[in-house]
Amino acid sequence: MAGWERHEGVAVSLPLEGIDTDQLIPARFMSAPRSAGYGGFLLHDMRFDPDGALRPEMVLNRHPEASVLVARRNFGSGSSREAAVYALADFGIRAVIAPSFGDIFAANAVNNGLLPAQVSPDAVERLIAALNGGAAPARIDLAVGTVTIAGQAIDFALDAIWKRKLINGWDDIDLTASHRAEIAGFADRRRRAAPWVWPARDVREPRAE
Amino acid sequence: MTAPATLIDKLWDAHEILRREDGASLLWIDRHLVHEGSHHAFARLAARQLPVAEPALTFAVVDHYAPTRDRDHVADPDVARMIATLGGNARAHGLREFDLGDPWQGIVHVIGPELGLTLPGLAITCGDSHSSTHGAFGALAFGIGATEVAHVLATQTVWQRRPKTLRISVSGTLSPAVTAKDLALHWIAELGADGARGHAIEYAGPAVRALSMEGRMTLCNLSIEGGARFGVISPDETTVAYLEARPYAPAGADWPAAVAQWQGLRSDPEAQFDREIEIDGQAVAPTVTWGTSPEEALPITARIPDPATRPARKAAQARAALAYMGLEPGRPLIGVPVDQVFIGSCTNGRIEDLRQAALVLRGRKAKVPGLVSPGSSQVKRQAEREGLDRVFAEAGLDWVASGCSMCVGMNGDVVAPGKRCASSTNRNFRGRQGRGARTHLMSPAMVAAAAVTGALADVRPLLQGRG
Repeated sequence: MAGWERHEGVAVSLPLEGIDTDQLIPARFMSAPRSAGYGGFLLHDMRFDPDGALRPEMVLNRHPEASVLVARRNFGSGSSREAAVYALADFGIRAVIAPSFGDIFAANAVNNGLLPAQVSPDAVERLIAALNGGAAPARIDLAVGTVTIAGQAIDFALDAIWKRKLINGWDDIDLTASHRAEIAGFADRRRRAAPWVWPARDVREPRAE
Repeated sequence: MTAPATLIDKLWDAHEILRREDGASLLWIDRHLVHEGSHHAFARLAARQLPVAEPALTFAVVDHYAPTRDRDHVADPDVARMIATLGGNARAHGLREFDLGDPWQGIVHVIGPELGLTLPGLAITCGDSHSSTHGAFGALAFGIGATEVAHVLATQTVWQRRPKTLRISVSGTLSPAVTAKDLALHWIAELGADGARGHAIEYAGPAVRALSMEGRMTLCNLSIEGGARFGVISPDETTVAYLEARPYAPAGADWPAAVAQWQGLRSDPEAQFDREIEIDGQAVAPTVTWGTSPEEALPITARIPDPATRPARKAAQARAALAYMGLEPGRPLIGVPVDQVFIGSCTNGRIEDLRQAALVLRGRKAKVPGLVSPGSSQVKRQAEREGLDRVFAEAGLDWVASGCSMCVGMNGDVVAPGKRCASSTNRNFRGRQGRGARTHLMSPAMVAAAAVTGALADVRPLLQGRG
């Protein structure tokens, strides 16, 4: 995953609360391999009518070039499905601006280079009003922690750990590899102090009935 | 003397390998549970040619896509491929897999505890947001995304930020016919679906202590619907009695040693929580959801809210929810006709749940069709030994095999567009049970009441003279 520090793009708003993971990507699409691309699944049932036709009035259909999404509270609540983030990222979204995010969604977002930028409910309302159902230029400065949409500059909150990770584009598995000795030492101590933690191995398996 | 600590802090400290200067903790994971949805994580591992670090601590189960009928002939090629992919990954990495034909197959959050894989004091992860279920045993259990699943597979560790702590204390006792499900929907309605965001919850107080392990699991399971990734209850005699002699539980000399160590898994009396909430157990009524978020829940005796009486932003949200749900503001919840019912899921698919539903259904007929999917193959056998399957069948409901089934619809068990389902599951999100499906969440007994009346109903009169 490549790190990033600044983004210039196009913002749109989806003025809804609780855009949950089941809306971000309905479960029926989740068996696809990532290589298939998940952008077409994003908010599928909001973007397409039951016959599969694009709903022309839906904001992401009017502005498929959008890269910053403004929404109301509790964005990404629900499931741990990282596919919700894949759908946003593959569509081209780099940041979501909202008053609150589902905890697991936000962690997944950062792991995929997508910024979950937390701002006050009032700030979101100002942005929604400024966008007025359309699109406007957006600029994000991660290091400073500001987003500028339609000329309005707003500070966003982001956990310091996540900010570092987004900027550096860290891969955790590589990072953790440098702690191999500490992990092995911890496992050894745990096994000595609490051998019962390791599951029994001579488990009597039942026979199929 | 160490400073007084909460159970959550004790569990965290016991698994923290190291803490980075920016505050991120590297946690050791004692159990990692994977399912068909973990295919993205296995693909990441394969791309880097990495092995699973601790196959003996990693368990695989078919649940999300598990067909609930005709398992010998999986018709849907996508479903068959998802199940085969998990099997291939489990074999390639030497993992114990509970596949479709396994007598211990079931929903991951049902089989972990019933096999004794879930124990007090463990750190448990799974690529599923309802992993908080295992916290009912006093374990640090939490849902993770695919990137983190790959990390745990590769290293048996995960980087996490320590959550804030929230204690929800429930005083008194729950009234008859009021269950852990009602208690969960009650607090989520009070605090909001993001009310516990950023927090780990400890559930405490006499009404929580009085719950069975099944009830505690239901309560902890729904933590994420109020925004919390973790929900824990300190272990006690109920916990120990549940776990003794479970297949993977400590045996021999390990058992008393383990039980002795579990005694310390409680919050110290002087421990400080970041937030404290008090709930009066007596004030909790049988509760149902009316909207498209678990926070949109009310006592069954209430009326559907009128958006006009809410603040502007809330009003728009409520109007949209009612339009999706096809409901009129102001009308009583009791009597809203349902098209079908579903009993099952990691929230309410355990033996006690089936017993409570059967208590209502015994000798009665369902007015609408419905599906009963036990949470595991063991639960299914137990229910059949008790004759519960016959109660459901005689009422006119379909008794099928175990899996996530109609809670998430991945296996093809879906609610048709516009149809209304009384459901013992965990999410009433738009499209959760199928595109356009209208879901009302409630306890299994309340689902049974909806089945026999063909509408949302108060279960209490139906239990008069029973149980």
